[in-house]
Amino acid sequence: MIAALICVISLAALSQFFVTYCWAALASTRHVQISERVREITRMAGTDVAADDFRRLLQFIFLCPQKDGYAGQVRAVALYYRLLRAVGFVGGLLIPGTAAWAERGCRECSHFAAVVLEHRIANMQNLVASQSGSLL
Amino acid sequence: MLGPFDYFLWVTSFLLEVAVVVRVISSRSFARYYPVALYMFFAAFFECFHYICITRFGVSSPQYHFLHFFTGTLITIFLFWVIIHFYQQAFSQMNVRRYIRSGASILLFATALFSYAATRAHGDHLTKQFVVEFGQDLYFVGVVLTYLLWAAMVHFRESHARLIHLVLALGLYFSGTAATYALRNLFPNLQASLYQWAPPVFGTLLPLAWTYTFWKVPEDARILAYQLARRAQ
Repeated sequence: MIAALICVISLAALSQFFVTYCWAALASTRHVQISERVREITRMAGTDVAADDFRRLLQFIFLCPQKDGYAGQVRAVALYYRLLRAVGFVGGLLIPGTAAWAERGCRECSHFAAVVLEHRIANMQNLVASQSGSLL
Repeated sequence: MLGPFDYFLWVTSFLLEVAVVVRVISSRSFARYYPVALYMFFAAFFECFHYICITRFGVSSPQYHFLHFFTGTLITIFLFWVIIHFYQQAFSQMNVRRYIRSGASILLFATALFSYAATRAHGDHLTKQFVVEFGQDLYFVGVVLTYLLWAAMVHFRESHARLIHLVLALGLYFSGTAATYALRNLFPNLQASLYQWAPPVFGTLLPLAWTYTFWKVPEDARILAYQLARRAQ
C-alpha cells in the first residue's frame, strides 16, 4: 500500500518537474522577438509562430550546419515537442483542455526554434562576410 | 555482468560530475554553490571506489553490494544537505536562516540515525527487499523535501534562474528514482532491465542538467518560478 502511494506521488511529481523543467529551459528565448528576415525565409503566416511551424524551422536549422551551443538544446526541444504532440493527441481524447495546453507548449518550441534559426543565420552571415573580407 | 550501456552510463556520469566541479570552480561560483561542487566531487570519488571494488571483487560480490548500498545512502544524505543549502538560498532575504538550520540539523540527524539503525539491523544480511524498500523511502524523503522547496519558491516568487534549474533537476532525479524503487517494490518480477537501468539513467541526468545549468544559465539570469508553475498546469 505504501509502495503504491509512493509510486503514484513520485510519478506525479516526476511529470510535473519534467514539464516545468522544459518550460524553464525554453524561457530564455520567450521574450526574443522574431525578425522579419526569419519570417520571410520560413514563409511564416501571421505575426506569431504556429505550433506546426516547428518541423519546418527544424529543417532550416539543420541546413545551417554550425557548431554552436544550441545543438544539444535543439535535440532536447525536438524530443519535448514530439512528446507534447503525443500527450496532446492522447490526452485530448480523455481530458478536455489537454490539447490546448499541448498546443501552447508546441508553440513555445516553435518560438525557440525560430530564435535558434535567427542566431544561426546571423552567424552564417558573419562567417561569409569575414571570409569574403579575407579573400579581398 | 556489466554491459556496454552500463559502462557508457558510468563513464558519462563520472565525466559530467567532474565537469560540474570544474565549472563551479572556474566560474567563481564556489562560494555560492560549494555544497553542489562537494556533492559532485564525492559522487565522482565514490565512482572510482566502485570501479576498484568491481575490478578486485567482481560486480556480484557481497563486498560490491555493500559498498554500493553504503555509498548510495551516504551520497543521498549528502544530497539532503545540498537541498538545505538551496532552502537557505531561496529564503536568504527572509530572516529564517536559524530555523532552517535547526530544522535541517534535526532532519539530517534523524535520517542518518534511521539509516544507521536500519543498516546495523540488516548489516549481516542486506537482502534485496530491504535495499529496495530503504532506497524507496530515502528517495521519497528527497521528493517531499524538493517539492516543498519548489512550492515555497513558487509562493515567494523566486526569480533566480540558476537556482530554479538546479532545484527542478533535483526534483526530476529524486522523483524518477523514488518511482523506480517503488515500482520495483510493487512488481519485483517485471522487466529487470528497467530496474537495472532507470536509477543510473536518472543518476546521469542530474549531473547532465547541472552541467547545463552552470554552463548555459548565467548567474544573473532571471525567470519567474510562479509563471513556470502556472504554465506547466
